[in-house]
Amino acid sequence: MKIDRRSFLALTIGGAAGTALTPLPWKLTDDSSIWSQNWPWTPVPAKGENSYAYTSCTLCPGGCGLMVRMVGDRAVKIEGLEGHPINDGGICILGLSGLQLLYGATRVKTPLKRIGKRGEGRWEKISWDEALANVTAKLGQLRDANQSHTVACILGSKHGTTSTLFKRFMTAYGSPNVMTTPSVQDTLEMTLQVMHGVEAEAGFDIENSDYILSFGSGLIEGWGSPVRMFRANSAWRENGVKVVQVEPRLSSTAAKSDQWIPINPGTEAALAMGIAHILIKESLFDNDFIENHTEGFAGWKKMVLDEYTPEKVAAITGVGKTAIVRVAREFAGADKPLALCGRGCGDTPGSLAEAMAVHTVNALVGSINREGGVIAVPMTAYAAWPDMTMDSMAQSGMVKSRVDGAGSDKFPLAASLLNRFAGGVIAADAYPVNALLISGANPVYATPDAQAFKKAVEKIPFVVSFSSYMDETSMNADLILPNHVYLERLEDVPVTAGLQKPMVGMVQPVVYPLHDTRHAGDVVIELARSMGGSVGDAFPWDNYEACLEAVLGEKWDALSEEGLWQDENFQPAEWGEAFETASGKFEFMNSAMGLMPSYVPLSLEGNASTFPLLLIPFDSMRLASRFISDPPFVIKAVEDTVLKGKEMCVEINPATAKSLGLANGKSAVLSTPKGGARVKIYHYDGIMPGVVAVPRGLGHTADDKYMAGKGANFNALIGPVEDRASGLDTAWGIRAKLAKA
Amino acid sequence: MSTHKDQTKAVSDQDTEGPAAPIIFFFIIGFAASLVIGWGIFPKLLYSQKHQPIDFNHAVHVEEVDDGCESCHYFREDGSFSGIPDLESCMECHEDVIGASEEEEKFVEEYVVPEREVPWLVYSRQPDCVYFSHAPHVISGKMECAECHGHIGESDHARVYEENRITGYSRDIWGKNMIGIAKNPWERMKMDDCSKCHIRENVNQGSVQTQKGGCFVCHK
Repeated sequence: MKIDRRSFLALTIGGAAGTALTPLPWKLTDDSSIWSQNWPWTPVPAKGENSYAYTSCTLCPGGCGLMVRMVGDRAVKIEGLEGHPINDGGICILGLSGLQLLYGATRVKTPLKRIGKRGEGRWEKISWDEALANVTAKLGQLRDANQSHTVACILGSKHGTTSTLFKRFMTAYGSPNVMTTPSVQDTLEMTLQVMHGVEAEAGFDIENSDYILSFGSGLIEGWGSPVRMFRANSAWRENGVKVVQVEPRLSSTAAKSDQWIPINPGTEAALAMGIAHILIKESLFDNDFIENHTEGFAGWKKMVLDEYTPEKVAAITGVGKTAIVRVAREFAGADKPLALCGRGCGDTPGSLAEAMAVHTVNALVGSINREGGVIAVPMTAYAAWPDMTMDSMAQSGMVKSRVDGAGSDKFPLAASLLNRFAGGVIAADAYPVNALLISGANPVYATPDAQAFKKAVEKIPFVVSFSSYMDETSMNADLILPNHVYLERLEDVPVTAGLQKPMVGMVQPVVYPLHDTRHAGDVVIELARSMGGSVGDAFPWDNYEACLEAVLGEKWDALSEEGLWQDENFQPAEWGEAFETASGKFEFMNSAMGLMPSYVPLSLEGNASTFPLLLIPFDSMRLASRFISDPPFVIKAVEDTVLKGKEMCVEINPATAKSLGLANGKSAVLSTPKGGARVKIYHYDGIMPGVVAVPRGLGHTADDKYMAGKGANFNALIGPVEDRASGLDTAWGIRAKLAKA
Repeated sequence: MSTHKDQTKAVSDQDTEGPAAPIIFFFIIGFAASLVIGWGIFPKLLYSQKHQPIDFNHAVHVEEVDDGCESCHYFREDGSFSGIPDLESCMECHEDVIGASEEEEKFVEEYVVPEREVPWLVYSRQPDCVYFSHAPHVISGKMECAECHGHIGESDHARVYEENRITGYSRDIWGKNMIGIAKNPWERMKMDDCSKCHIRENVNQGSVQTQKGGCFVCHK
């Protein structure tokens, strides 16, 4: 018998026919498709009995209540806490993804000491004892050399016990140089200080307002307390509240508003003044308030009537005269109108004159300290701190001028000017900065003109980061003393994001610390005690928890049991008692400081011939732009009109793009006087011709592969422009150019 | 040099050289071999055979407890189902060896003393993409345990657990029978099986969110 080619063919065909009659091919097809739906390497939550742990979120100033679903000791899902006065069961995408910040790969797991060059990323694991001894020795040395004032400290928040412990440490140690992450709340505080004469946070009764006029605030893009704003936005829709959004770009807030008023970037204050003009000219203001409770109206009124006619305002803002008049009449016609300011999510403090202009629009219609209006919420001392004794070194250190110039004759209103810090360090006019402690902030990434900030940090010989993550600031530090992440620690979080009444939330540990980290509050107490003397004496507590319990006093029970304390009985002060200015009334002008609500045009860096475009940033709920970077779940949700592959998209009006010959989807180089970045062109009809926009929150260089190397950091493209009156950063954009790549 | 004639000769030589193997013979070999592989060898390769860490005797336990299945497989207060009891539940009785069985001794020694959870293999666990809740079936639907799980409560020994090597799931879910014939629910519980009963029992097939078909009843 001979076997030939045909025999093999027959064998194969027979085999194929037979196989088709067995379960093999069908089962394999089925199983492989099922396998592909259940990738075995995808982590799935553990099985077991569910329980809930309750805490608060700290990823933004919003102060949401959280309930964390647990299986045993493992946190498996973060949900919004039902019944919480801020978020009532709601949660944002970042809050939802918080477990990746807990269990993720970017955590700093033990104290680390730099062994390579700064930023090189070579670290040595050291023990806590060694790390603390290191810091104590360095700080002790500086203090012994009468250099205590050359130590600076940057904090994420000015509120809360942990921040207060740092400030107390700096005071006892003898340095005035404590800075905090700036936001529009700082400018609003100054507005209330100047116009009301009170020390208070600005609260907004948005839920009860019936007409919202927003000067560029990203109402559903992270402004204020984001989840509260989502809920308010839904309520506005249901109740027919009109929302008018003034913004150069069709943002999500603008798209969801009843009316979008496109405006030339940076001229919002002029429009507010134009509206004030109509309110005055047509006598649409609240007579009772103006007559009985204000001072300086007559003088200011003359200036407004002369300077801000609809014609002039239309020319500045690009908003039509009829629109200005209509909005002013609608605003005055509403029962409880409310004007808001703070661009995007409110991270840029903005101009004081502008905040005053918008506040004045509210004041003219009497929307001050009443239902649906702006409420001055006093900064109640909810925690009682014991007195401390400062030794002579501390006293002499504390009277030194600050590196950032806050509180100086030039900027008497400012308590902290982080935007001026880098300049102060580099110039080193009065003294060099010899050490820097950073907690709860990522200024190397998040400060405008990030390169300059990095240069300043390079000049400081000793930098300590308390971050839980290997972020840009940690990368440029000498020593990392990792804090617990919020799901592992105890902390009080006063909520200051525009709420109507004083509220303090409690962060409670839901899991045991996963790594060899320590609470920053504990570390400060330990540092102080190891320094000894009056520094140690200022910290009589054994640990952070003991300190918190002691300073909260009777509020400790409410906070530790209910996770929340709010001043239920708080009522906004009546107009008759609300103002503590020299006149005891609402003051339109502060002649001593030369301050009044007005439009102060900003001279942008760069000249118009080299940089013909205006670059503005935008914020998004899907991009965390503060000290936290987007965890993987969140970065996955970013649209490809914002981030395409690894390139950031730049929004440009098709007409402008055409004149520059920039086709949609093509790569280009975006440059500003501060820096440049490779970007992708995105033709967008929702942005004004001549203006281009990029997102904030991209372009991280540290952290993990999910975040690093994606897009460019807007803070590296823009520089701060200091406000003449407040000293805070007022830059809303910068000149730019786009060229084909 | 080869000519046309030579080639013709060569071919005819081959034809006459012994009997030609019948093509059909090879076909049948191939056919038969693939049937043997497909029906005999493949199923054995597809499923691995695993043994439970402890040879659990349901019958003995059912005799001893008061509430039948629910003594150990109960609903928690929040309505979720406990499934296989955790070590703590077992330890309510088995803190020490209480019987004479070797398996119990092994259980106490290897799990109770070191307080280690028993890595039971779950015959009826649905894949992670399926949302399954006992409550609507047992509480609202008033179904008996045995309707789906068979008479496992009467068994003296733990069965061999067969795991699909590709998908990693139990054969009880994927189908005892290779061609998908299932006489009882415990022989197979794939999507069509769920859906067959849901349609028969007139279970709400619409999703609250989408008002569309029944996908979201189980795939949430």
